[in-house]
Amino acid sequence: MESQTLEKPTDLDLLRLAKTGDFSAFQQLMRELQPRVYGLAFRILRQAQDAEDATQQAFLALIEHIEDFREESSVATWVMKIASNHALKILRKKRGLRMVSMSEMSSGDSYVDMPHPEFIAPWSEPPDEIAQRAEVQQEIDNALLELDEKYRLVFVLRDVEGLSVRETAEVMELTESTVKVRLLRARLALRERLTKKFGDSSQVMIPDHKHS
Amino acid sequence: MTCEELLKALNDYVDGAQLTEICEEFSEHLAGCNPCQVVVDNIRQTISLYRAGKPYEMPQGFQERLQSALQARWEQKFGRSDGQSENRFSANETGSSK
Repeated sequence: MESQTLEKPTDLDLLRLAKTGDFSAFQQLMRELQPRVYGLAFRILRQAQDAEDATQQAFLALIEHIEDFREESSVATWVMKIASNHALKILRKKRGLRMVSMSEMSSGDSYVDMPHPEFIAPWSEPPDEIAQRAEVQQEIDNALLELDEKYRLVFVLRDVEGLSVRETAEVMELTESTVKVRLLRARLALRERLTKKFGDSSQVMIPDHKHS
Repeated sequence: MTCEELLKALNDYVDGAQLTEICEEFSEHLAGCNPCQVVVDNIRQTISLYRAGKPYEMPQGFQERLQSALQARWEQKFGRSDGQSENRFSANETGSSK
């Protein structure tokens, strides 16, 4: 039973305790962060066994390097960076040589031929309400999982997990400007697909101007 | 402003850049362009949707497998995993008691 009188310890409290060898504090921290770590790994790797491996490796690395946490970012951000590195390591290993496309500049890494928004309409429901509807969950997941890998990875790290553009660039071994371009392509593609699904079709907008 | 430049500015705007930091032309455009504002809203809603989503269900038995792997590693490193550690931490690390 949880004590009613004690405030819930923060991630930082738990990490500080864990650093001193308190395994129960580490377990509690792990329980807090595990769903996010697994979710990140699954979205990167798209496969349960690989996501499980990445999650386990990330937490083992966390034990290994627990003294290295310098409190320069939040505990969650630090853990998510470690988790991203391990998930990407597994992805690179699986891809072998084909992985070059992940970090190298390629078509799509500039603003040339950026697709223009086509279906523009305000959404008929707020996103946090849509997120609670079980029947659309699969479609939302699929929209992301079917996105081209190089766009999916930056979107997951930056927009879903909330790493900064710089942190995403570090983890992905890309320049910040490449991260931004890929992020824009990811956002436009997902916006297009999800707005077709969740946009209010009675309020579709047509831009009344053409940009050069 | 070309369409690419507009989308680039719009991307920075979604990322939290202030309008004043981007460029006047974009601010003016956004103020007068309802579809562009809706595109910005749509992108923000898209991001919120993924952030608000339910966590993935973890494979059966994973919790236990993870738990025992971590406990084994912990014991290797710290020599034990039985609840509380020695008391020496309470004074310096947490800074709570004096």
